[in-house]
Amino acid sequence: MNASLTFNKELLLALAGLAILIAIPFIFPSRVALDFVIRLAAFGLFATSLNILVGYGGMVSFGHAMFFGGGAYAFGLLMQKGGASIPVAILGAVVFCALLGLVIGAICVRLKEIYFSFLTLAFQMLIHSIIITWTSLTGGDQGLMGGIPRVWGSINLADTQTLYWFSCIVGVICLFMMRYILQSPFGYTLRMVRDNADRAKFLGIDVWRVRLYAFILASCFAGVGGVIMALFVSGAYPEFSYWTMSGEAVFMIMMGGLHTFIGPVVGAGLLMVFNDVITRTTEYHGLALGVIVLIFALGFKRGITDFIVQIFQMIFKRGARS
Amino acid sequence: MDPTALYECLTSLSCIVTQTSTGLIVGSLLFLVAAGLTLIFGVLKVINFAHGSLYMLGAYIALSAYRITDSYILAAVIAGAGVGLFSIFFERFFMRKVYNADVLMQLLVCYAFILILDDAVKIIWGHEFQSMGMPVAFQAPPVFIAGGIVPVFYLFMVSAAALIGLVMWYVLTRTRIGKVVRAAAHNPTMTSVLGLNTTWIYAGVFAFGGALAGLAGALAAPVRSMSPGMGFSILIESFIVTVIGGMGSVSGALVGALLIGLVRSFGSIGFPLFVEGIMFLAMALILVLKPSGLLGKEPR
Repeated sequence: MNASLTFNKELLLALAGLAILIAIPFIFPSRVALDFVIRLAAFGLFATSLNILVGYGGMVSFGHAMFFGGGAYAFGLLMQKGGASIPVAILGAVVFCALLGLVIGAICVRLKEIYFSFLTLAFQMLIHSIIITWTSLTGGDQGLMGGIPRVWGSINLADTQTLYWFSCIVGVICLFMMRYILQSPFGYTLRMVRDNADRAKFLGIDVWRVRLYAFILASCFAGVGGVIMALFVSGAYPEFSYWTMSGEAVFMIMMGGLHTFIGPVVGAGLLMVFNDVITRTTEYHGLALGVIVLIFALGFKRGITDFIVQIFQMIFKRGARS
Repeated sequence: MDPTALYECLTSLSCIVTQTSTGLIVGSLLFLVAAGLTLIFGVLKVINFAHGSLYMLGAYIALSAYRITDSYILAAVIAGAGVGLFSIFFERFFMRKVYNADVLMQLLVCYAFILILDDAVKIIWGHEFQSMGMPVAFQAPPVFIAGGIVPVFYLFMVSAAALIGLVMWYVLTRTRIGKVVRAAAHNPTMTSVLGLNTTWIYAGVFAFGGALAGLAGALAAPVRSMSPGMGFSILIESFIVTVIGGMGSVSGALVGALLIGLVRSFGSIGFPLFVEGIMFLAMALILVLKPSGLLGKEPR
C-alpha cells in the first residue's frame, strides 16, 4: 500500500468530516445540536485516546479519567491563576498530562492484564483524592469555581458558536493525529505487542517502551478532551477524574467498537444520545440503560461499528479490518 | 487535615477502643464481601463487579424480612439465602456466557446489573434512605471497655463474621467439598475429567460468594442507612481489600479487610478527606511491589 496515498485519503476524509461539522450550524442552528457536538468532541477524544490503550495496545486502563480531569484542571488553573493565554494554557495542559502519563505509565505498564487495570484505577483515585483534599488550589469538591476567562484576542470561546467551531477543529485535528500515529510503524508495533509481546521482544522491540509511549500519547489526547470539557462548562469538577468517568469511557468504546478507529467516537455519541433520551422519557434511567448494555454485551457481543464492519465483510468477503 | 486530632486520639485509651471497634466492624463487613469476591475470582477466574449490588440486595431483603418476621436472625438467614439464589440465576443466565470473553465483556455485564439492581431497589423499596433500626434483641446498653463505648451489636457483628470465617476455613481446608473447590480452582479441566461436575461447582461457588455478600448486607442493615447505590462504595473498598490481600486468597482478604477497616476508622479522625487516597495509595504500593498481594500466590 502506498503510504502517501493512504495519508492523502485520510486527510481528505478528515477535511470532509470537518466541512460537514462546520456546516451543521448553518443547517440546524439549534443550541442543543451545538452543545451535543461540543460534548461529543470532548468525550470522543477521551474515548478514542483510551482505545489507543485498550483496542490497539491491549492494556485495559480503568483510570483513564485522571488525564481527562488532569487536562481540565491544568488548563483551568493556568487560565485562572497563571493568567496564560488560551493556546499557552492548552499546550501547558497537554505537557502536564504527558508528564503525568510518563510518571504513572512508567510504573503501570510493567504490570500485566488485570493488575495493570487495578493499578491505573488506584492512581486515578489517588489523583481524585488529591483534587478533593487540596482545596486551596483546586476548590475541593466544589470544583474550580469562578469560571475560566475564555477570550483570546478577538476569539471569544464563551460564545457557543465560536466554541463549536473551535471544538470541531481541535477534535478533528486530534483524531487525525491519532489515526496517523496508529497507522504508522509505531502503531503496528503497538498492535504486535498487544498480540504477542514475547515475539515482539524476540524481535528486539522494547515492549515496555512501546507501551509507555502509547500510554503517554493516550494521556495527552485525553487531556485535550478535558480541555474542551473545561471550556464548555467553564470550570473543572472532581467528577472528571472519578472512576465512573473512566467506566463511561470503557463503555463508550465497547458500545462503539474497539477494532474500528472511529468506533469510540460513535460509541460516545450513542451513549450520550441514550443518556439524553432515557433521562427524558423514564425515571428509571439505570434499568433502561442496563438492558441496553446487556443487549450489546450478550446480543451483539461487540461494538456497533465492529458489527457493521463485520456484516459488510460477510457480504463482500474482502479486506482486513483496522 | 488534622494530624493533631489523630495524635490526641492515639494517646487516649477510650478513643483507641472506640475507633478500633468501628474499624473492626467495617473490617468484618469488608471481609465477608471481599471473601466472596476473592473466592469467585479464585475458582471462576472472573471478577464479579456486581458484588457490591449483591450486598445492597442483602441489606434490603433483610430489611423487608425483618419487618415481616420480626426476627433479626431469621431476616439475616433469609437475606443470605435469597441473595445466594439470585446469584445462581445471575451466574447461570448471564455471567456464564462471558467466562471465556474479554474482561471488558464481564465488566459490561456486571455494570448492566449494577444499574438494573439499583433501579430495581428504587422500584421495590423507594428512593429514600431507609433504615432498619437496631433489632429489639440487641437493644441493650453498650459495653464499656477501658472507657470506650462499644455497642452490643458490634460485638455480635464481629463474632458473626469471625464464625463465618472459621466455618469457611474449615470447609475449604478440611472437607471433601473444600478439596473439590480447590481442585476446580487449580485445574478445572482435570477436575472435570475426573468426573466432577465443574458447572455445578462454579454455580455453587458463585452462589456461596453471593450469599456471603447478602449476609454482609444483612449485618450492615442495622448500623448503616440504606440507599440505592450503597453497593458502589463497598465494591471499591472490597476491591482494594482483595488486591492488597491477594486475588483468590481468603486469608488475604481477612488481613486486607482488617487493615482497611482500621485505616478507615483512624484515618477519618486525622485526615477525613484523604482516607480514600490512603487506601488507594496502599493498593498502588502493593501492586507495584508485590502484584500478587500480601498472601496471594505468585502467578505461574
